[in-house]
Amino acid sequence: MKITRRIEFSSSHICALPGRSAEENHSLYGAAANPQGHGHNFVLEVTIAGEPDPVTGMIVDLKRVKEILNQEVVGPFDHRHLNYEVPAFEKVVPTAENMALEIWRRLAPHFSGSAKLHLVRLFETDDLYVEYTGEPV
Amino acid sequence: MRLTRRYRFSAAHRLNSPALTDAENDETYGKCNNPYGHGHNYVLEVTVEGPVDPISGRVTAPPLLDEFVVKEIVSRYDHRNLNEEVNELAGVVPTTEVVSEAIYKRLHAHWPETLPALARVRVWETRNNIFEVTKEPV
Repeated sequence: MKITRRIEFSSSHICALPGRSAEENHSLYGAAANPQGHGHNFVLEVTIAGEPDPVTGMIVDLKRVKEILNQEVVGPFDHRHLNYEVPAFEKVVPTAENMALEIWRRLAPHFSGSAKLHLVRLFETDDLYVEYTGEPV
Repeated sequence: MRLTRRYRFSAAHRLNSPALTDAENDETYGKCNNPYGHGHNYVLEVTVEGPVDPISGRVTAPPLLDEFVVKEIVSRYDHRNLNEEVNELAGVVPTTEVVSEAIYKRLHAHWPETLPALARVRVWETRNNIFEVTKEPV
């Protein structure tokens, strides 16, 4: 059985490679390459897989999931500039894909018991989202 | 890593099978059998799957995918009558099952090498009816 928790955070970012011309970055990232930055209301869905505990009837305590998401994602990312304020993106471009990988790295160690992290789905907008299930990259 | 883009097209259709009698069509399709047709604001989701490029941090550049999907589907389906104006739907009953399979087939047949693999097509007929194709229809 799977359970999904949804959270939102609002962040700014710039998607551009250092050392590339404005034209090259624009062709790679489009409007997201604007050097002044831009922002999104990101929506994150985190899916945990496991069997309900025979006593509690729960796969995982959702209060605890909420705390983990607040500690690992909302706290560090919400109302932050990802390039300048999140160390993981100091040298890595904070595309939605790289954000999903970073979120997976932060969350996976918290779900090492019977309830496992199954899916990270990150909506950058209503019309663009990425999904990562921990496969090797 | 999978990346999904969402597109929209508004189109008319009528569900009526020539293999059925008028009474059977009415019984089978109900309001969707209205001879004048009706329409929906369809939402199309196209999912690609591939490795994240270690330099760009992207599976694909979304504008590449957009250009292809708009050319192959959105520009040909938007503000059209699906029964009358879309080649791949000529002579079939354009239920959203059939429409989503036709979209998958067309995308797959013209899929450019510059894009990562097509993983899924999902079509929302309304916000309550969602159809999904994950492999080449037979």
